[in-house]
Amino acid sequence: MAHTYNWNWSVLFQHPYLGWLISGAEVSLALAACMWVLAFTLGSLVGVASTLPNRYVRALAAAYVEVLRNIPPIVQIFVWYFVVPQLLPPALGMYVKRDLPHSAFWTAVVGLGLFISARVAEHVRAGIEAIPRSLVQASLATGLSAAQSYRHVRLPIAYRNIVPVLTSEFLICFKVSAIALTIGVMEMTAQSRQVEFYTAHGIEAFTAATLFYLVFSAIFSVGTTFAERAMRIRG
Amino acid sequence: MTSFDVHIIVRSLPFLWKGMQLSIALAVYSAVVGISMGVVLAIMRLSSIRPLAWLSYVYVNLLRSVPLLLILLWFYLLVPLLTGHPVGAFSSALIAFAMFEAAYYAEIIRAGIESIPARQSQAALSTGLTRWQAMRHVVLPQAFANMTPSLLAQGILLFMDTSLVVVVGLRDFMATASIIATQQARVVELYTFVALVYFVICFAASRAVGLLRRRVSAA
Repeated sequence: MAHTYNWNWSVLFQHPYLGWLISGAEVSLALAACMWVLAFTLGSLVGVASTLPNRYVRALAAAYVEVLRNIPPIVQIFVWYFVVPQLLPPALGMYVKRDLPHSAFWTAVVGLGLFISARVAEHVRAGIEAIPRSLVQASLATGLSAAQSYRHVRLPIAYRNIVPVLTSEFLICFKVSAIALTIGVMEMTAQSRQVEFYTAHGIEAFTAATLFYLVFSAIFSVGTTFAERAMRIRG
Repeated sequence: MTSFDVHIIVRSLPFLWKGMQLSIALAVYSAVVGISMGVVLAIMRLSSIRPLAWLSYVYVNLLRSVPLLLILLWFYLLVPLLTGHPVGAFSSALIAFAMFEAAYYAEIIRAGIESIPARQSQAALSTGLTRWQAMRHVVLPQAFANMTPSLLAQGILLFMDTSLVVVVGLRDFMATASIIATQQARVVELYTFVALVYFVICFAASRAVGLLRRRVSAA
């Protein structure tokens, strides 16, 4: 390491930098949580749709997945932030862009959440398709309607089998949330860059951000390992 | 909103193409370096020498737990400090991508090596090959044949990831479009075009990888 670098770890605990980092951590967690709720809801709907007998519904679900997962998330965020408000009726576009509180935050939630929802949809579809045909036929033979068979047989089994991939998708939400900084959301990576900019203590600032991501991922992984064990279908 | 102006895109094509060349170069170079590093990391991970396996495990999980954007910022800051002179945004982004993607490639390659039955390397060792020769001439060629589709799929993700280099000031496809969009006040046209181009490239490439995957698993 070049001896020109001037170390000062205490800068991380000084006012206002500590406050910036804490608020960055909060924003990152809030982003990940909101993205996950959106991605899980839409991903579940589209995933189920892609297993339905109707050809047109399946084609629509496939188009949704292909479009959203083949465009880089930063491009999707820019489209939601810069293009969509212009295509809306002027009053609504103005509201979304200017008057909506935290409009960049919510745009990031939508843009990144939709990107993840395509991934979730694929997991849900795979989970439903992995259920043995005989089990589906048996459920229908007992007199359940197709909807009841989804509700009481297919979905409970599918979701319990895909818990591990769904928890790892949450961690992907958590990491991908950093892309929100490109439209000015001050999440953890953006705050650490701001600390670097103001103090020239980049190594300390990025270390703080890195530790935040590592520690949260580790805690989350340990927690979900227990949850996965509890949710696993035995036998 | 004024009407959709196709001419602005046509007029900007030479500039956009320059950006696209940077995106492609970054993706190809870092895929090559990343796969090479991935092979080393995978072999370390499967090695019976504990510290090597542990080192590879820590590396892979560290890089996979941190956002790519933060890694880009790290290398943009660190590479000039470590080398003692400015290296330019392209080199530092290339190093960052190669090291980041190596962690993902390592997992694909490890799975590929583990998919080769143990009797293959036992047979190779019994013919008198050394362990390294067995890996080099028997296990790795078969493993690469199996994992080519996964490596290519990861390459598509890498190509999409290169759109993040705007944070270190590089002018890739996305960044050049962004510059024109702001200067000409034509955000709708430019960002729609960027989304369309990425979609066409990545969708076609994923389809091709899907076909290849079916052929590999049928063989």
